[in-house]
Amino acid sequence: MENNNKHNHCNEAHTHEKHCITTETCNNHGHDSHESHEHHDNFITKYIFSQDHKMIAKQFLITGMFWAVLGGLMSVLFRFQLGNPDDTYPFLEAILGKWAKGGRISPDAYYALVTTHGTVLVFFVLTAGLSGTFANFLIPLQIGARDMASPFLNMLSYWFFFIASCVMLSSLFVETGPFSGGWTAYPPLSALGDAMPGSKSGMDLWIIAMALFVVSSLLGGLNYIVTILNMRTKGMSMTKLPLTIWALFFTAVLGVLSFPVLLSGFILLIFDRNFGTSFYLSDIFINGVGALSNEGGNAILYQHLFWFLGHPEVYIILLPAMGMVSEILAVNSRKPIFGYMAMVGSLFAIAILAFLVWAHHMFVTGLNPFLGSIFVFITLLIAIPSAVKVFNWLTTIWRGNVRFTTGMLFAIGFVSLFISGGLTGIWLGNSSLDIHLHDTYFVIAHFHIVMGVASMFGMFAGVYHWFPKMFGRYMNNSLGYIHFWVTLVGAYLIFWPMHYQGLSGMPRRYYDYSIWESFKMYTELNKFISIVAIIVYATQILFLCNFFYSIFKGRKVQDSNPYQANTLEWTTPINPGHGNWPGEIPEVHRWAYDYGKDGKEYIPQNVPIAADEKEGH
Amino acid sequence: MTTYLIIAVLLLFYIVTIQIAKTSEYVSIIKGEKESFSQNNKINGFLMLAFLILGLVGVWYCNEYLYDTTLLNKPSASYEGERVDQMLWITIIVTGIMFLFTQILLFWFAFRYQHNENRKALFFVHSTKLEIVWTTIPAVVLFVLIFFGLVNWNYFTGEAPKGAMEVEVTGKQFGWIFRYPGSDNVFGKKYYKNIDPATNTLGLIFEDGSAQDDIVTEQTVYLVKNKPVKFIIGSRDVVHDFGLSHFRLKMDAVPGIPTTLWFTPKYTTEEMKKITGNPNFTYEISCDQMCGNGHYSMKGVIMVVEQADYDLWMAKQKSLYHINNPDTVAPTTLTTQTIAQTKL
Repeated sequence: MENNNKHNHCNEAHTHEKHCITTETCNNHGHDSHESHEHHDNFITKYIFSQDHKMIAKQFLITGMFWAVLGGLMSVLFRFQLGNPDDTYPFLEAILGKWAKGGRISPDAYYALVTTHGTVLVFFVLTAGLSGTFANFLIPLQIGARDMASPFLNMLSYWFFFIASCVMLSSLFVETGPFSGGWTAYPPLSALGDAMPGSKSGMDLWIIAMALFVVSSLLGGLNYIVTILNMRTKGMSMTKLPLTIWALFFTAVLGVLSFPVLLSGFILLIFDRNFGTSFYLSDIFINGVGALSNEGGNAILYQHLFWFLGHPEVYIILLPAMGMVSEILAVNSRKPIFGYMAMVGSLFAIAILAFLVWAHHMFVTGLNPFLGSIFVFITLLIAIPSAVKVFNWLTTIWRGNVRFTTGMLFAIGFVSLFISGGLTGIWLGNSSLDIHLHDTYFVIAHFHIVMGVASMFGMFAGVYHWFPKMFGRYMNNSLGYIHFWVTLVGAYLIFWPMHYQGLSGMPRRYYDYSIWESFKMYTELNKFISIVAIIVYATQILFLCNFFYSIFKGRKVQDSNPYQANTLEWTTPINPGHGNWPGEIPEVHRWAYDYGKDGKEYIPQNVPIAADEKEGH
Repeated sequence: MTTYLIIAVLLLFYIVTIQIAKTSEYVSIIKGEKESFSQNNKINGFLMLAFLILGLVGVWYCNEYLYDTTLLNKPSASYEGERVDQMLWITIIVTGIMFLFTQILLFWFAFRYQHNENRKALFFVHSTKLEIVWTTIPAVVLFVLIFFGLVNWNYFTGEAPKGAMEVEVTGKQFGWIFRYPGSDNVFGKKYYKNIDPATNTLGLIFEDGSAQDDIVTEQTVYLVKNKPVKFIIGSRDVVHDFGLSHFRLKMDAVPGIPTTLWFTPKYTTEEMKKITGNPNFTYEISCDQMCGNGHYSMKGVIMVVEQADYDLWMAKQKSLYHINNPDTVAPTTLTTQTIAQTKL
C-alpha cells in the first residue's frame, strides 16, 4: 500500500485534458499541461461546478459560514426570549411576523429556533462546514495528490449538500413552521403532525434535507477514505501522515459506517409519517384527534438508530478539530507533536469506542439496566484516549518556542475547552449521575463546550492557519486576536454558569421558567447569559468581515512557506492551480514533525534524510 | 427609532474596530515584521497568564454566586438520591483536580514558553514511560468511578423494596395523570382506545372488576414519608420524562412501553419548606423530554405527607368508576368480601 503512486492513476476528472497524475509520467509534461489547463477554465467550471478540491473546500466553507451565521442568529433570538421573558420588542414582530406577535417570540417559534439551531450547527456547520472544508482542502495537499480520487463525486458531494441546504432553508418558510421537536427528532412527536404544528410539512422538508445531507456526507466520506489510502505520494507511508490526515481519515470512516444507519431510521420515520406503518408508534391518543390505530411499534427503536449515528457524529465533529489542533500546536510550538503513535492510537481507540457508546444517551429511557451498565463502562473508557491526547498536547507546548498566531490561539483555546467539556462527560457518562442530570442545562453546558464551541475553535484555528494557503493573503491579526479573546471569554461566561443551572435540575428546551418554583430564580442569570451570547455573536460578525475583506484586500503572502512548516501543502506555489504542484509531486522522506531536530528550526517532509541523521520518531 | 440608533451604533462600532485593526497592520509593516510579531506575541503571552488567573477567580466567584441556587446545598428528598449526591461529590473532586491541573499547565506553558529569540525548542518526540503513566492513572481513576457508579445504578434500577406502594403515572400533552390501585391493590386493565378525555382519561376497562376501585387524579400525587414508592410510568401520546430533581431521579414516559422508578421520600413537603427556607416550596415534577410546544408548562406536583395525613386524603378520594356512576356504591369503601364478590 505504501507505494501506490508507482501505479498509474488516470484522473477521470480532467476529461477535457486527460493526463496521468503519477509522479513518473508527469515528469516530462506535467508543468506545461497544468499551465494550459488553467486557461481552459471558465467562470462556471472554476467557481461553481468546480472539480478542484480546493475550490470545493471553499464552497463547503462559505456555505457552512452561511449556516453558522443563520444558526447563530437563531440562538441569539431564542436566548433573547429566554433572557427577557416578560418584555415585548416590536422589532421582533417586524422581523419574524406571526412568529413573534406583539413582539414576543411564540413557543412554536421558540422551539422551531431551538431545533433548527441544533440541526444546522451539528450537521451543516460542524460536519459539512468543518470536515467538508478541511478534508477537501487538506487531504490532497498534505498527502501529495493532485486531487481527490474522484473529483466528480467530490463535486456531487458539495451539490447534494447545497440542495440539502436549500430544502432545509425552504422549511423555514412553510406555513406551519419548520420542524420544532428538537434536533434529535424523537418520534412519536416527530412522526405525528397532530402532535405539534412543526411536525407537519416542516418535518417532511427537514427529513428530506437530512436524507440529502446523508448522501452528500457518504459521497464525501468514501472519497476521503479512498484518496488517503491510495493516492499518497511516493514515500508517504501511513506512519508519515500528518495527524490532520489521520483524524480526517477516522472521521470519514465513522461517517461512512454510521450515516446509513441514520438514513434507515429516517426511512422508517417517513413510512410512519406518510404510509401508515407503526415502526415507532403504539398506544397513542392525541388530544383533539383521538386514539390512533397504530399498535406494536417501539418509539425507542428510533432512538437506537438515531444515536448509532448520533454518538459517532460527535466524534465526526470533534476529530477533524483534534487533527488540525495537533498540527497547529506542533508548527507553532516549533516542536514535534509529542507521542505521534499514541496520538494515532488514541484517535483509533476513540473511533472504535465511538460506535459502542450510543445508548449512553438513553440511560433513562427504560433501557435494560444491564445493557446500561455496559454502556457506562465503555463510555467512561473513552476518557482514557481523550486524556492521553490532552497530556500529549500539553507536552507538545512544554519547552517549546510558542508563536501566538491566531491559529495557535484558537488551538490552545480548543484544548482548554476540550478539557472543560470532556471532564463533565465523566459525570454524564455515569448512569447513576445521568439519572439526575439528564436533559438538564448541565448537558447543554457539557456538549456545547466539548463539541460545539471546541470544534468551532478547531474550525477557526484551521481557517486562520490555512487562510494564506487558501487565498494567498493573510487575515488581519488584530481582528483575529480580538475575535479569539472575546470568543474564549464569552464561551466560558455563557456555558460555565449553565452547569450550576443543571445542578438545580433546570430542564433544557423550556420556553419560560416563570411558573417553576424550582427554576425561576435564574431570571437574572438567563439575562446575563443572553447578553454575553449577543456580544459573542457580534464578534463573529467581525470575523466574517475580516474573512471576506482579507480574501480581496488582505496582506499578500510573499513566502510560500510562511509558518516554516514541514507539511507538503507549503511546497506548492503561493496560489496553487488545479493539480496543486506545477511540476512533479514532491517525494516524502520523513514524518511531518521534524521541528528543532539537530539544531535545525524545521525540516520539510520532502527533504531527504541526511547521511548522518537518525531517521524517525 | 431606537432600532435604527442601535443599528447605527453597531455599524459604527464595526467600522471603528476594523479601521483600528487595519491601521495596526500598517503600523506593523512600518515597524518591521519581526518587531511587531514579538510585540504581539508578548501581549498574547501575557493575556494567557491573565486569562488563567482571572478565569480561576471567575470560577471561584461563579461558585460563590450560584452555589446556593443549586441542589448541592440542599439535602436529597429521597434516600436513594443521597447516593447520587455522594457520587456527585466524588466526581466533582476527581474531575475538579484534573481540571485545575491541566488548565493551569496549559496556560502556564503557553505563557512560560512563549517565543524567545534565544531559546531553542526541545526536540522531544515521545517517552513510553510518560505515556504509560498518563494512560494508567486515568484508567485506574475511571475504574473507581465506574465501580461506584454501577453499584448505585444496580441499586436504583433493581427491585423496589417489598411493601412499596405502587402508583401509576401517565404523561400526556401537557400534564400528568396518576392512578392508585385502590383497596384491592391491583391496577385494573386499560386500553388506549377506551380513552375519553372527559370521563376516562386513561382508558380503564371498567368491565374488569379491579379497575372499578382505581383512583385517578391529575397533576398532584400524594406520597408517604419514609414509605418506598414504585412508579409505573407511561405516556399516552409522545415521549415525556418524569423528572424529579429534588429526589435526584428521572425516567422517561414512553407510549406503549411502561418504565418503572422507585424511591423513598425522606422529607414531607412541609419539612422541605423549612429546610429550603422557601414557604412556596413544592416538589415539582418537570417534563424533561421535549414533548411539544407546551413542554415548558408540563408540571406536576408531589405532596409528601405523613401516613396519617395520607390516609385522611385517601379516604376522601373516589374511584373513577364511582365518579362516572354516582349511584353505585363507592368501591373504595368496599370491604374485601364485596371486592371478592365483584371479581366473581
